[in-house]
Amino acid sequence: MTIEVRNIVKRFGDFTALDNVDLKVESGELLALLGPSGSGKTTLLRIIAGLEWPDAGTISFDGEDALARGAGERNVGFVFQHYALFRHMNVFENVAFGLRVQPRSVRMNEAGIKKRVTELLDLVQLGWLANRYPSQLSGGQRQRIALARALAIEPRILLLDEPFGALDAKVRKELRQWLRSLHEEIHVTSIFVTHDQEEALEVANRVVVMDKGRIEQIGTPEEVYDRPQTAFVHSFIGESIVLPVNIEAGRVQLGDKVLDIAPNGATPGPSQLFIRRHDVILQPPGNGDLEGAVRRVRAFGPVQRADIALRTNGNETMIEIDAPRDRELKVGEVIGLKPKRYRIFASGA
Amino acid sequence: MFLVTRGAEVSAAAQRRTLPGFGLTMGVTLTLLSIIVIIPLAGLFIKTLELSPNQFWSIISSTRTLNALKLSFGLALAAAVVNLFMGMVIVWALVRYRFPGRRIFDAIVDIPFALPTAVAGVALTALFAQNGWLGAPLAGAGIKVAFTPLGIFVAMVFIGIPFVIRTVQPVLIDLDPEIEEAAASLGASRWHTVSKVILPGLLPAMLTGFALAFARAVGEFGSVIFIAGNLPNVSEIAPLLIVIRLSEFRYADATAIAVVMLLVSFAIIFLINRLQRWSQTRGIAH
Repeated sequence: MTIEVRNIVKRFGDFTALDNVDLKVESGELLALLGPSGSGKTTLLRIIAGLEWPDAGTISFDGEDALARGAGERNVGFVFQHYALFRHMNVFENVAFGLRVQPRSVRMNEAGIKKRVTELLDLVQLGWLANRYPSQLSGGQRQRIALARALAIEPRILLLDEPFGALDAKVRKELRQWLRSLHEEIHVTSIFVTHDQEEALEVANRVVVMDKGRIEQIGTPEEVYDRPQTAFVHSFIGESIVLPVNIEAGRVQLGDKVLDIAPNGATPGPSQLFIRRHDVILQPPGNGDLEGAVRRVRAFGPVQRADIALRTNGNETMIEIDAPRDRELKVGEVIGLKPKRYRIFASGA
Repeated sequence: MFLVTRGAEVSAAAQRRTLPGFGLTMGVTLTLLSIIVIIPLAGLFIKTLELSPNQFWSIISSTRTLNALKLSFGLALAAAVVNLFMGMVIVWALVRYRFPGRRIFDAIVDIPFALPTAVAGVALTALFAQNGWLGAPLAGAGIKVAFTPLGIFVAMVFIGIPFVIRTVQPVLIDLDPEIEEAAASLGASRWHTVSKVILPGLLPAMLTGFALAFARAVGEFGSVIFIAGNLPNVSEIAPLLIVIRLSEFRYADATAIAVVMLLVSFAIIFLINRLQRWSQTRGIAH
């Protein structure tokens, strides 16, 4: 099932939640909508599910107009951040709900329902909890039951709204991998919303980065991490050093110092230089390098993290870098930093 | 007694308590309960013991007593049922929709709580008397309300309605809108969503409201006696019969009727309480 979203606009009063959003989701992919809160990612998901209606634009499933159908007719499985399980039903009845409310003409018989629910509970590895009530389950178990319930109606599309947002870190990690392998098993077109970049990069085939109701970039996890197209994506995904620079006559200037790096086609004028923390080479202070004094070093794990006071225009700018541990850094030492990889975006973009 | 209680039970084995004051609060609780509930009720039974079993039996099996008891309990149950349905409709409108004057309607719901019952009785009687605003057209249609059992029923509905509304309202407000969205996305029709998802969630509160409205209607005196007409065997409620016996200085007779009312009320409320517990533990079992 492919999903095509075209020119979707959604406003809540004065606030524009979605501003002309276009998106094409390929059949069978596992797509992440990633962005800070208020970026419109959940609104987009709810519009695809039919729980919210856009002010303008179209949505089609396999070329068929989805907006002509209500939520119940779209055959979409939806998983909520806070599970939204039916508290007065046990696990079995929760999963069976979607099967029991079908029109009489297509509804399965009791044996069929029992077989299907048992299969689904086995799929989420919680068959032994069939007779429990939601209040007797842990958060991770509840979310897996919610997923089984959404899958019961054999949805053409699976939508997950911050599915692991309410869980603690360890359970999150387990469920991430589990969702990944589940998707490989059932291969239903899936979209999940998250504000956690690690989650998006680890689980999804493709990541859609959103900000302020617009899509900033669509790409594979490698693409959005290594080749961010906008300043927002660079600063939102991964840890970056950001320095204000000026592009003049094909040279990159930091304050009054000309850096020994090429502008890579950046337009002249005030700009921002983005460098990943780990993309700097340490060397003795040289001419065209960034230069600064080491203020603090935390050496644990595979890298050492250091605070460097950069000298710019007579001022000091504190930055954090991740350096390999083969070269010991001492507090007070003055070092030069050469950007290995970097990107320059015009200011205000 | 039958209000929703969900706190953890205090373990008897707990040696140290985090919250101080158990001795003091428990003492005050027991003292107050004794003075205002347990001792008066015990007095009721002791007074009844003045009667021999035969006398007791002949009092409570007399036609007048039986009719009064039937009237009180029968109409109170009917009024509670009507209140449950009417209350649910009103709660739904007040919670789920935004309309001009909603807050005023919401405040009006409390009037039967606050109004002196005698005032309510006089107002209802004036309204439903044969020359009243509602009584006149109803009399034209051949329906007599004031001074008949129907009038008692109307008064009982009036004083019971806020109990259902005020117990169900907060629960409906707290009901997670996401469960309705979940039901809708699973293909449930609006009717299925209401009957299988929303109402079961409200059931414990509905039963509580029903029990409160019923208990209030059984015990209601002030508003009923004005509109009832108080004809023995026809429109005489049990509480009134007790008052009549007291004014005739037949105290033991009065307490005998009171004991029967107490036991029947207790049995019914106990039953509702069990029902409520059952519907609640299904959802919030520990």
